[in-house]
Amino acid sequence: MSHLSYLAVLAACLVGTAPLEIVLRTRVYARWRRLLLTLAPTVVVFAAWDVYAIHRHQWTYERHFTTGVLLPGRLPLEELLFFLVVPTCAVLTLEAVRRRRPQWTVGDEQ
Amino acid sequence: MTYTVLAVLGVAGAALVDQAVWRTNLLRRKAFWTTYALMLVFQLVVNGVLTGLPVVRYDRQAITGVRIANAPVEDLLFGFAMIVLTLSTWVWLGRRGAPGASTRRR
Repeated sequence: MSHLSYLAVLAACLVGTAPLEIVLRTRVYARWRRLLLTLAPTVVVFAAWDVYAIHRHQWTYERHFTTGVLLPGRLPLEELLFFLVVPTCAVLTLEAVRRRRPQWTVGDEQ
Repeated sequence: MTYTVLAVLGVAGAALVDQAVWRTNLLRRKAFWTTYALMLVFQLVVNGVLTGLPVVRYDRQAITGVRIANAPVEDLLFGFAMIVLTLSTWVWLGRRGAPGASTRRR
C-alpha cells in the first residue's frame, strides 16, 4: 500500500477542504469552468518546471511511495494531480476567507 | 539553473503576473495574505510528509540546504509562486466575467 502514499496525501487535501464548499458555500466547484480555466496556466507552468527539475536531477521521486505511473517528461502522475489539487485548495481557501470577511475585497466583486 | 535560482525567479514571475499582467494586485490585499497564511500552515504539514517519508529527494547541489519542517526553503517559494499565480488568474477571470464567475451572495 505504500506506493499509494503520495496519492493518499493528495486525497486528504481534497477531503480536508471539501467542507469549505459544503459548509461555507465557497461555490468553487460550483463554478467549475472558472476553476478549470484558472488551473490551466498553473498546471502548464509548474509541470514544465517539474519536468525541467526532473531532467536536471534536481529532485527525484521515490518509487516506493508513488504509483510509478509516469507521464511524458517522466513526470509522476501524482505531480500532475498535485498541480490540480493544491491550487484548488488555494482557491477554496480564498473563497472561504471571503465568505467570512466579505469586506476584504479582491477586485472581482460584481 | 539551480532550484534556488528558479524558485526566486518563480516568485518574481508570479508577482509580475499579479501586478502587471492580470493586474489583480492581490499582493496588497488582506484576503490574499490571510489565505496564504492558512495555506502555509498546511503546506508545512504536507511538505513535511512528502519530504519526510521521503516521497521526494533533492540534489544537494541544487538547493541552499536550509530546511523548514524537513522541506527545503525553496519549496516555500515554489508554493508561494503557485498560489499567487493561481489566485491571480482566478480573480482575473472573475473580474472579466468568466463563465460561472458570478460572485452573487445568496
